Amino acid sequence: MSVRFLPLFLFLPFSVLAQGFAGLGTDAEGYETPRPGYEFQFPADHGAHPAFRIEWWYVTATLTGDDGESYGIQWTLFRSALKPFERQGWQNPQLWIGHAAVTTAEHHRFAERIARGGIGQAGVIATPFSAWIDDWEMAGPDMETLSLSARGADFSYEMNLKAQGPLVFHGDRGFSVKSADGQASYYYSQPAYAVTGSLRLPEGDVQVTGQAWMDREWSSQPLSKDQTGWDWFSLNFDSGARLMAFRLRGARGDFTSATWIAPDGTTRSIPDGLVETAPLETARVAGREIPVRWRLKLPAENLDIEVSALNPDAWMETSFPYWEGPVTVAGTHQGRGYLEMTGYE
Amino acid sequence: MIAPVVQALASHWRRHEVQLATLLIGIALATALWSAVQAINAEARASYARADAQLSVGQFDELHAPGGFIPLELYVKLRRAGWQVVAVLEGPFRVDDRTLRVIGVDLLSYPALPAISEARTGPEPLGLTEILTAPGRIFARPDLAPLLANHPELPPLIETTAVPPDLILTDIGVAEKLLSKRGQISRLVILPDQPAGLPPLADLAPELERVRPSEAVDTAQLANSFHLNLSAFGLLAFAVGLFIVHGTVGLAMAQRRGMFRTLRALGVPLALLIRMVLCELTAIALVGGFLGLVLGYFLAGALLPDVAATLRGLYGAPMEGHVVLRPLWVGAGLAMAVGGTLLASGQSMWRLSKLPLLDAPGLQAWRTGMTSPLRTAKYGGALIATGTATLMLGDGLAAGFVMLAGLLVGAALLLPALLALFLTGFERRANGPVAQWVWADMRAQLPGLSLALMALLLALATNIGVGTMVSSFRLTFIGWLDQRLTSELYLTARDDQQGAEIAEWLRPRSDAVLPIRRVELRHETGPLFLYGIVDDPTYRQNWPLIASAPDVWDRVAAGEAVLINEQLARRANLWTGDRLTIAPDWSLEIAGVYSDYGNPTGQALVAMQQFDLHVPGAPNRRFGIRTDPAKATELAQALRDRFDLPPQAVIHQAAIKAQSLEIFENTFVVTSALNILTLGISGFAILTSLLTLWTQRLPQVAPVWALGLTRAQLARLELLRSVLLAALTACLALPLGLILAWILLAIINVEAFGWRLPMHLFPFDWVVLLALTLLAAAVAAAIPALRLNRLPPSDLLRVFANER
Repeated sequence: MSVRFLPLFLFLPFSVLAQGFAGLGTDAEGYETPRPGYEFQFPADHGAHPAFRIEWWYVTATLTGDDGESYGIQWTLFRSALKPFERQGWQNPQLWIGHAAVTTAEHHRFAERIARGGIGQAGVIATPFSAWIDDWEMAGPDMETLSLSARGADFSYEMNLKAQGPLVFHGDRGFSVKSADGQASYYYSQPAYAVTGSLRLPEGDVQVTGQAWMDREWSSQPLSKDQTGWDWFSLNFDSGARLMAFRLRGARGDFTSATWIAPDGTTRSIPDGLVETAPLETARVAGREIPVRWRLKLPAENLDIEVSALNPDAWMETSFPYWEGPVTVAGTHQGRGYLEMTGYE
Repeated sequence: MIAPVVQALASHWRRHEVQLATLLIGIALATALWSAVQAINAEARASYARADAQLSVGQFDELHAPGGFIPLELYVKLRRAGWQVVAVLEGPFRVDDRTLRVIGVDLLSYPALPAISEARTGPEPLGLTEILTAPGRIFARPDLAPLLANHPELPPLIETTAVPPDLILTDIGVAEKLLSKRGQISRLVILPDQPAGLPPLADLAPELERVRPSEAVDTAQLANSFHLNLSAFGLLAFAVGLFIVHGTVGLAMAQRRGMFRTLRALGVPLALLIRMVLCELTAIALVGGFLGLVLGYFLAGALLPDVAATLRGLYGAPMEGHVVLRPLWVGAGLAMAVGGTLLASGQSMWRLSKLPLLDAPGLQAWRTGMTSPLRTAKYGGALIATGTATLMLGDGLAAGFVMLAGLLVGAALLLPALLALFLTGFERRANGPVAQWVWADMRAQLPGLSLALMALLLALATNIGVGTMVSSFRLTFIGWLDQRLTSELYLTARDDQQGAEIAEWLRPRSDAVLPIRRVELRHETGPLFLYGIVDDPTYRQNWPLIASAPDVWDRVAAGEAVLINEQLARRANLWTGDRLTIAPDWSLEIAGVYSDYGNPTGQALVAMQQFDLHVPGAPNRRFGIRTDPAKATELAQALRDRFDLPPQAVIHQAAIKAQSLEIFENTFVVTSALNILTLGISGFAILTSLLTLWTQRLPQVAPVWALGLTRAQLARLELLRSVLLAALTACLALPLGLILAWILLAIINVEAFGWRLPMHLFPFDWVVLLALTLLAAAVAAAIPALRLNRLPPSDLLRVFANER
């Protein structure tokens, strides 16, 4: 899910560009950069890495309510470092941005929180695990067992997550390459949480159950200069298998990457060019054409599916706007999942 | 028919250019003063509104801590409970000899501020990194750049006109460093669109007080009294200007009686004639009003810097120093010019409408329309009574001004009757025919001159009243400064730690070190600054108490009682023996009230132990140092050298006094300017009245001349008459002025500024004023007298030849 850091650079052009950052992955300003062969240390790596420019804790869940309806929720905490260090007080250079959403077929409700580190308003600590911004919180004794809460003007939710399998490392043991130029990030996931919880919506309270997927990623390098946006999929199939796939759209051609996760949690990394994605239908969302139905093929796994948005209007009108919402899967495989799209003007 | 009428009416002005000029000047002067004041007020209001908009103030509810500041932990607690609040830290910030205001907001969460948006989207956009992380950036107006440039220790300055004057806007992270208030928050802004289902604030932070935007003390409200003062002055000047208009229009009408009669006889309907004259006056009023606006614009430009200085010094109200043409005061000025001119011409118009067509009316016929002095005096008495009643029944500044207006106008209306009374008295005592004639003639002239004399009375009374107030204030203020500023040196340390070191170092080297510690609290009447003081003879001997209980200092030192300033006492109506609630769980008996001029906010003093107990952590950086005055300079230098302090960190008492006096002088520059202008206008009014009377003079003077008095003698008598009437008026103006001074000191000042001043008398000023008045009257009478002196005897003879 490394593609998700582009929005953070969209959010920060005034700082990054003003410092003469030309979009290339240099560490001239003292940021660390990901390198292959990194040995993850847990639980420490569940926590924040302030020496890297960007990082996130990204949870999406596909849920079914006691009313039989389909629901999707998002809970995201971004960290964006203005400078590669921590310090106490207001002048802490670590910025934190929270995004939360609840999506049904009819409604897409979302909220955003922005805070800085150093004063206790937002942050992440590894043990006992806790990630928070204002009253939004993801916490647990460890990453296996988490409680998740967020609240907006017209929604709130509280979820309990229980991991059903091992952590999954993308790319080369968690070193995930993002472009032909070699930009990369550290990227691992917990794709198999069982979820129970409750939603509080203007229509009423709903008890929900379902599956959640958490992505953890950090890096210092933006994407290649020519890359303008991406389409990212996280899918849970009824067979128990899972797929993470993304396509980065660039002037010099697309860059694709995927991870096939077998029901037992074993993974197969799928290099550039082997996943085929094609939009089948667009919808007018927030003044732009957004693909809301996709064909996705992975010949190596005999996969040929159609991915359709539960709610085409799942637009996140936040500081950096993007589309993020639950999808249903039909074709050779059935299931549910989440789709994120950026860069559609 | 219209064209010939226009021609006929215009022919008069062509033949009487001076008269036209006088009329235009009268209207222009009245309009100029009025619109200058309006322009200044409009500018000030616009400044306040702009400042509020530039800081996004006044849109949202806020949380204030009655205990002074809100700790950072409480902010985080509210945030972690889901409340979307934004932290703001503000306070005064001294740079060299200027006091600026630093406002630090959490720029990440605060509603978009114009200055920040501008910097973020400009040609060289500024990043969050620069703004939020050390050293940060400060935003201020370009005029502060030279001042701030001398301080390399400050963060880089971003010049912008999108912040109010004398203010430094910055991120809260920078502000807490500048203000040495780490971890402190002045107030929390409650953002709109809070999430649903939040725990109530009353449970989370019962110690905080929710303030609606309308309740927040705003500078505009504080300064309102000042603007009302200015408006009153503008109106007074306008009224005096109208006397000129009245006199001139009356003269023009009198001179055109014959023409009107002829026009009517030629078949011009009365209604048309009146309409035409109204049109003529309106046109003149518009021209005069326009001239007045131009004049007013420049006058406002000249006065504005002082007004701005006053508002900043006295109320901390931000104001910029240039005038912009605004439709509001331009329109209002023209409307006032036209309305005022028509009002002043009302009497003449009414008499024109009653003009008999065939009757050949003489002077007396024209004059029968005038009301008798006795009737006018009755109206005057009624007005004074109404004003007094208003003050007794009503309350506040408005009632004070109603009383003032009633008194002034009432007294003016009483004037003719009083003068007539005096003149009758003199006439009875007069010996010889000439003396008797002079007194009788003066009395006969009174109705024509009375309006000009009323104007003079008002101008003189205002002059005496305002002069007495300003001088009384000045005397009291200087005395108060001496009492209040007793320490020889005043010192500001970099931080608390250095403060403690300096205090320790000073102990053997000075007579006493008096900490000056304060926190800003809230009282129901507005901000309340609480000071902690140590028990020291300096306070016991010098502090300017205006009300006190026995053993006041012992009780304060024992922590049993509090002292409050006069402003707070009057505003909250709390006096010795009452209890002041300082914080929800802390109230003390008031043992005394002290005068505290030049400060708009409430203040309270408690013993240092009490202060430490209830508001721990307040900065301890400022000290008063008692020492031998002869050694003060030496000690100041030693302090600067020993602790590496900048020059402005150690200030001599004399420097502070000079600065305070400067603010004081600025406050009344505008007042005195308006004062002098008003007096000038009233002198001009006398001149126009005398010129008006001049045409009616010949039939009265000619018989006396025929009886043997020379023209030179008559001219001297003319001068004498003017000077005598002016002198009589001045004598009557003195008591009126003193009453006015008393009202200003005891009522208006209390309402406007929150303090009452003792009244001092300045007889020498009166003598000067009397001399000026007599001179003005003599100069005004000189032209008619000179004319009389040079009048060809044939003109005087002609009086007997035909009926005028």
